[in-house]
Amino acid sequence: MDATTTPPAAPAVSTSELFTAFLKVGLSGFGGVLPFARRMLVEQRKWLTELEFNEVLSLSQFLPGPNIVNVTVIVGRRFQGVAGAVAATLGLMLMPMVIVLALAAVYAQFAQIAAVKSATHAVSAAAAGLIIAVGFRMARPLRRTPWQVGIAVVAFAAIGVARLPLLWVLAALAPLAVGVAWWTRR
Amino acid sequence: MDPALDLPTLLDLARHFLTLSLLSIGGANAIIPEIHLRAVEIEHWMTDADFSEMFALSQAAPGPNVLIVSLIGWKAAGVAGALVAMLAMCAPSSVLTYHFVTVWDRFRAAPLRIAIQSALAPVTAGLIVASGYVLTRAIDQDWQAFAITGTTVFLALTTRLHPLWMLGAAAALGALQIV
Repeated sequence: MDATTTPPAAPAVSTSELFTAFLKVGLSGFGGVLPFARRMLVEQRKWLTELEFNEVLSLSQFLPGPNIVNVTVIVGRRFQGVAGAVAATLGLMLMPMVIVLALAAVYAQFAQIAAVKSATHAVSAAAAGLIIAVGFRMARPLRRTPWQVGIAVVAFAAIGVARLPLLWVLAALAPLAVGVAWWTRR
Repeated sequence: MDPALDLPTLLDLARHFLTLSLLSIGGANAIIPEIHLRAVEIEHWMTDADFSEMFALSQAAPGPNVLIVSLIGWKAAGVAGALVAMLAMCAPSSVLTYHFVTVWDRFRAAPLRIAIQSALAPVTAGLIVASGYVLTRAIDQDWQAFAITGTTVFLALTTRLHPLWMLGAAAALGALQIV
């Protein structure tokens, strides 16, 4: 069964259902929404099977763009084409945008208070740590493959230390990495 | 307003994030160094302190982590900036995804796809660690902040504690001005 493109016989999902389902997903996640999207799609509404979700996710990670937005576009498309993709994505982004901008506006009013300033500073320090941990967790399965370790180190050094523009780094590194992967494939 | 800042037009924001959308392999977390490079170091849309405040707010709000893009847009050009930046960030990659689905089923078992995927995995991991490193350099100006970052990395890698607890604990320590 073709997981990403073939519309299934059932369920039939309307544009407004797509909007409201992703509206709830957008509201539920702190520090990443994907687990909540998976729960909604696979467990609660059963719009996708476990296998189909994994297939959608791997396509979403393969392509550029925020992974959750890509998942949303693919699911919306599957049930209602362009209208479905737009409705689902608007649903996903609407409330988080409203909340984060309201938060920013409130923050701007109180940013001069020392306690607010130092709390924000401490939160950003912790959040930077969370991102480092995400990167380490992604790097862990690569450690037994020397060329992958090499590519990861070069990507880190070029972007993090040398501060080279992303376009140049990807233009040089991505073809090189694909070449090595192709050469060493079994 | 800091006179050294050079605020972007909506067109500048759109141009920057339209390109970044198609470069964002590995999602929003992987492009933080590039946003920082543009917004703080090259174009001077905001200071390091502004950037780390927007980053903190994006992490403290519910929703996808691409929200950092809307806050950068907001800081630089208000609500219109937030909308333009977010739309520019999501539209090109979404259009690509929408159309790529049709070729994916033929492509997914191809050796080339498997090679591309194993090539991009280390690139993405390197970019995300670089994001954390760039943020740490922008944020951690004293040992207390370093200690919070280090403790968070340790807890996130060795426990199953929900990230919100770590952000909450950091906020409390900060609010009490212990750090």
